Amino acid sequence: MITKLGLATVWVLDQDSAKAFFTDTLGLEVRDDMTLGDGGMRWVTVGAKDQPDLSLTLMVPGPPTMDPDSAAHMKALIAKGVLGAGAFNTDDCQAEYERLSAAGVEFVQRPERRPYGIEAVFRDDSGCWYSLTQPFDELDESAPWNDCAT
Amino acid sequence: MESTASAPDTGVLRRMRVARDAMDREWAEPLDVAAVAARAGYSRYHFVRLFHEVYGETPGAYLARRRIERAQDLLRTANLTVTEICMLVGFTSLGTFCTRFKQLTGMTPTEFRRRARGPGASSIPGCFVLLWAGGFRKGGAAGG
Repeated sequence: MITKLGLATVWVLDQDSAKAFFTDTLGLEVRDDMTLGDGGMRWVTVGAKDQPDLSLTLMVPGPPTMDPDSAAHMKALIAKGVLGAGAFNTDDCQAEYERLSAAGVEFVQRPERRPYGIEAVFRDDSGCWYSLTQPFDELDESAPWNDCAT
Repeated sequence: MESTASAPDTGVLRRMRVARDAMDREWAEPLDVAAVAARAGYSRYHFVRLFHEVYGETPGAYLARRRIERAQDLLRTANLTVTEICMLVGFTSLGTFCTRFKQLTGMTPTEFRRRARGPGASSIPGCFVLLWAGGFRKGGAAGG
């Protein structure tokens, strides 16, 4: 029996910059930051304070898990901005949008009312996009599914 | 991008992404390719070449396509004239709007509206199938 998802991978271009973004800017906490052996892989994990049993590992594409050619492709996809890495929940989308915008976070979409909640979309410092959603208790079908129907 | 060896580095890709995001956010504004190029920090010539290399279409074609997609939805759903919709989605010339619209959809805005609202018309807006970030044209691969 699988009991839960405990760790998910976020691919980043730079671990120092990503660690600062996810903690200082977004407000997540650092769970681990260690180097495995001399000159080995650096292991950095972060997570939301209210969710201690799910961590995100910030990984740079490359050895030992990825050959150089694959790593170069992966980095290009990250930087081009075509990868979505997840959806964060918030208790106040508008307030978080204002706080993070002021901190210099790039938003692709301002907070919009959707059937499932109020949602904005932002990018991390590497280029991956994330939903930032304040979920509704019940589906509101009067709200548009996307910004075409305005 | 033909191969990773010749692909632009991540700094260049980031600037292309910032430009594309600006078009996705501000398509309704009077934004043109020169303004977007300036946002990315490039001359118009180099910007157009690099953007095409990275995303598989020119920035002008990308911006026009995004605007036409919005126009299609407004033509389906909104009680506005073709001229009003043309201006709402960021075109400044009705002639350019109609030409681009026909290039992309195969019909004029007026024909499109008549068909979209006619009997038997699909009740699912076409924009539902497009990714929120703009997606890519079917068969219009950016790579290879």
